[in-house]
Amino acid sequence: MLEMRKDIFADERADNLKEVGQPTQRQDMLGHVTGTSAYYDDHRFANLLHLKILRSPHAHARIRSIDDAAASRAPGVKRIIRAADVPVNLNTLLSLIQFGKDDEPSLATDVVRYKGEPILGVVATSERAAREALELVRISYDPLPAVFDVEEALKPGAVSVNPVYPKNTFEYHGKYDHQKLRFGAVEQAFAQADFVSEERYQMSPIEHAPTETNGSIAVPDTNGRFTVYTSTQALFFSLDTSAKINAMPSNQLHFIGGTVGGGFGGKVDTLTEPLAILAARLTGAPVRYRLSRHEEMQFGSPRGAERIYVKDGVMRDGRIVARQVRAYFDAGAYTRLSSYAVVKCVAHIPGPYTIPNVHADVFCVFTNRTPATAMRGFGVTALDFALECQMDKDAVAIGMDPLEFRLLNAYRDGDMKAHRREAKNCALIECAQVAAEKANWPLRDEFRKMSSKKDGGAERAGVADRTRMSTPAAPVRTGTSAPQRVTYERPAGSTSPPPIQSTPPATPPAGSTHGVRRFSSVFGTRRR
Amino acid sequence: MARHRGRGVATINYPIGMNLGGDPSQALVHSNPTGKFTVALSSIDLGQGMKSVTRQICAETLGIPVEDVYVDTADSDTGPHCMGSFASRGTHRVGNAVMAAAREARAVMMEAAAEELEVDPGDLETDGRGSIHVKGAPHRAISVRDVAIAAQFRQGKTISGRGIFLVPLSDVNPETGEMSPATCYAHACQIVDLEVDDETGEVTVLKMTSAYELGRAINPKLVEQQLVGGSWMGMSHALFETPEPYYPDTREGPRDFNEYLMPGPGDICPHDIVVLERPAPDGPFGAKGPGEMCANPSLPAIANAIYDAVGVRIDELPITPEKVLRALKVRGRPEAPPRVR
Repeated sequence: MLEMRKDIFADERADNLKEVGQPTQRQDMLGHVTGTSAYYDDHRFANLLHLKILRSPHAHARIRSIDDAAASRAPGVKRIIRAADVPVNLNTLLSLIQFGKDDEPSLATDVVRYKGEPILGVVATSERAAREALELVRISYDPLPAVFDVEEALKPGAVSVNPVYPKNTFEYHGKYDHQKLRFGAVEQAFAQADFVSEERYQMSPIEHAPTETNGSIAVPDTNGRFTVYTSTQALFFSLDTSAKINAMPSNQLHFIGGTVGGGFGGKVDTLTEPLAILAARLTGAPVRYRLSRHEEMQFGSPRGAERIYVKDGVMRDGRIVARQVRAYFDAGAYTRLSSYAVVKCVAHIPGPYTIPNVHADVFCVFTNRTPATAMRGFGVTALDFALECQMDKDAVAIGMDPLEFRLLNAYRDGDMKAHRREAKNCALIECAQVAAEKANWPLRDEFRKMSSKKDGGAERAGVADRTRMSTPAAPVRTGTSAPQRVTYERPAGSTSPPPIQSTPPATPPAGSTHGVRRFSSVFGTRRR
Repeated sequence: MARHRGRGVATINYPIGMNLGGDPSQALVHSNPTGKFTVALSSIDLGQGMKSVTRQICAETLGIPVEDVYVDTADSDTGPHCMGSFASRGTHRVGNAVMAAAREARAVMMEAAAEELEVDPGDLETDGRGSIHVKGAPHRAISVRDVAIAAQFRQGKTISGRGIFLVPLSDVNPETGEMSPATCYAHACQIVDLEVDDETGEVTVLKMTSAYELGRAINPKLVEQQLVGGSWMGMSHALFETPEPYYPDTREGPRDFNEYLMPGPGDICPHDIVVLERPAPDGPFGAKGPGEMCANPSLPAIANAIYDAVGVRIDELPITPEKVLRALKVRGRPEAPPRVR
C-alpha cells in the first residue's frame, strides 16, 4: 500500500496541480495488456537473415588460427564476418564523452580475454543454420593464464588482461590507477576515535534478467540508409556507437526503439546493433542479431561485483568522526561503463552522513571475465550495502539504536559533503522518522524532533574552517553496554570533531583551467 | 532448531542523473491543427513509464487535459537527442526538457488565443479542460481546438516549442575528488522484518516498511510500481541472484531461468510504502526520480535483520542458506542471539 505524506515539506510545495500527481493510466497500457505493443522483435521482414556469434570457450587464450572454410560452405550461410571486416573494430563506449581509451574489439583478433568473447559471426537464412555453421568453425587456441580476483589482478606479476591498460586498472586523470577522495584527515581522527573497525564486503555479480534479451534488426533502406529496430536503453548512444564502429555518418542510421522489455542498465552497451548493421551492409538484406537467454545470462554484461573495505572511527556519543573506503570494481576484461561507476561511487562516499574526515581510493580493475556494465544503482548499490552494514556494526559497537545512530549522523541542509558541495534539499531524517513511525520502531523524542532543515551548516559547512579549528578532543563517555545518551541536536561548536590537520586547499577541479576543446557528435564541444 | 525473527534498517540517498560528460536531453512539442499535441522524444520507455510521466508534465505545463497529449518516442529521425534512460535521469532531465518545450508552445498558443479574443495574452489562463479564457471572465473563452485552427489557417503561427535541459559536465579533481556529481538526491529508509530458519539457513522476508522521498510523485501509481519492483529486486539481490555463485571462481554459471534463482510469488512480502515530497528546486514540478534508489536499501536492511535474528554477519552477497548455515556453524547456535535494538 502506498501512502502520500503531503503534510511533510508542504511549505515547499504547491499542491494545486491538475495533471501532475494524478494516478493517470499509462499511455501504453492498452497495448501492453493486450500484447500489441511493438517491441523491436515484433517487426517482420521478408528475407530476414540471422547473425550468430562464435564465442570464446576460454577465459584467456591466444588465437592461433581460424578455419571457417567449412562453415562458409554450410547450407544457408550467406556471409562470415571476421574482425577484419569491422571498419573500426576497437572501441570503448564512453569514447562518446571522451572518457577512456578504445580497448574493446567488436570481434577478437589475436587474443580472447573472457569466456564468451565474440570472435566471428555467421549470417545465415535461419538461426539454426547459423548455429550449425558455427559448429563447423575450427579455431586453435593457446590457453593463457587468467586472473579472476580483483586484488590478485593488482599484485606485481599478475596476468595482464587488457593490453590498453596493462596494469589491470583503468587510468584516471592520465596518472592514477584509482580515483581519490580526500576530505579532512582520517588518520588523526582514527587515532582519537573511541572505536575503530574495518570490515570487508563482497558483492556478487547480477544478471539484469530482462524479459526481452538484447537484440536488434538492421534493415537496408533506400538511399544508403539503414533502419535499426533496437532494444537499446539509450537511442543516440547506440546510434553514435554504431556509426563509429561502422565508420558511417550518423545520419545514415535511423534508429527506432523506445518500447523495451526491461533494461535495468543491461541495454546501454550496444551489444548487437553495430554487427547487425555491418551484416546488413555486407549482405544487402535485413539482419537480426538477438542474444539467446544463455548468452544474455553469461555473456551479456552483468552488474559487476565490487569488493569494498570500510574503516570507521566512531565516538562513544555516536558521532562518526572518520570513514575510509577502499573499493575495487570488477570491470571484467574491458572498461565499458565501470570507469564511470567508480567516479559515481566516489561521489557517494561517505553515504548520506556528515562525517568530517573521509578518505577513499576506488579502483576499476580488469579481470578475465565478462565485461560488467551498468545496473540499477550503478556504483552506489554496493557502497550502500557496505556502508549500511557498517553503520549497523558501528551502532552495536557503541550500544546505540541503529536508526537513532543514523539519525544522529544524517546529513542536513547546509552541511558540507566530502566531494565539497553543500548539502541541500535533504530528507534522510524525515524518511527515517516516517518509516520508524509506520513500523513502530521506537525513537526517542529528541530523534523524532530532528529535522533536515535544522542545525545543519555552521561548522558542519566548511572544509577550510573546520580544518583550522583546534578544539580539544571530544569528551569520552563511559559505559558502552547501554544505549548512550547522545548529543542530539549537535549545536554549533559543542560537538565539533577532534582536531584535524589542515586539508589541502580546495583547488579548482582539474580540467576546468586547461584542456583542449574536442567535438563529439553526441555531446558537442566540451573541454577535456 | 527454530525460526528466529529479526528486524533491520537502512537509510540511503541517491543522485539523480549523471554528469560525467554533461547530461542533456531535448524535447519537441507541437500541436496538430485541431489542438492535439505531440511530444517528440528519443528517450526510452523501459516499462518504467517514461511516456506517461512526460505526457502528464506536458499537459500540466500546457494547461490542457492529458488525453490531448501523445508522447512519441523513440525515433532518431524525429525525436531530438536524449542521453538515454539510465541513472534515474528520465523524470528529471527529460521532464525538464518537455516542460521547457511545452512552455514555449504554450506561449504561442496564448498569443494566438489572445489574437482571436482581442485581448492581451497576459490576461488569459487555461482551465485544464481544453479551454482558454480571460482571467475572471470564464465566458470570454475559446477552445484550444479553435485556437489551433486559427493559428494554422488564419494567423500562420506554429504552436510548437523546443526544450533542452542540460546539467553541465563536472570535472573531477584528481587529488581530492571534488566534483558536482548531481543537482538533487532522492532519499529512502527501509525497515525489514524477516525470519531465519537455523536448521535450513533459509531466510523469509515477512514485511517491508519504507519511506521514500522523491521530490514530487508525478504519477503515484507509476511511483508505486517502481518502489514495489525495486524492493523485490533488492531482496532478490540480497538473498537469491547471481550468475557467478562462487565468485570470484567462475564455475557453475546459470544459463537460464531454471538455473538462475530469483524469488517467486510466494517469496513476495507485504510492503507498506510512504512517499514524501521535498521538491527539488531544479526538478519538473520538483520531481526527482524513484528508479534506482528503491532497490538499494533492501540489501543492507536484510543483512542487518539477519544479524538481529541469529547474530551472524554475512558480508558477502547473495546471502544463501549455505552461507547462513556456515556462519551459524562457526558462531554456534545461540539460545538467545544478541539483540541490536
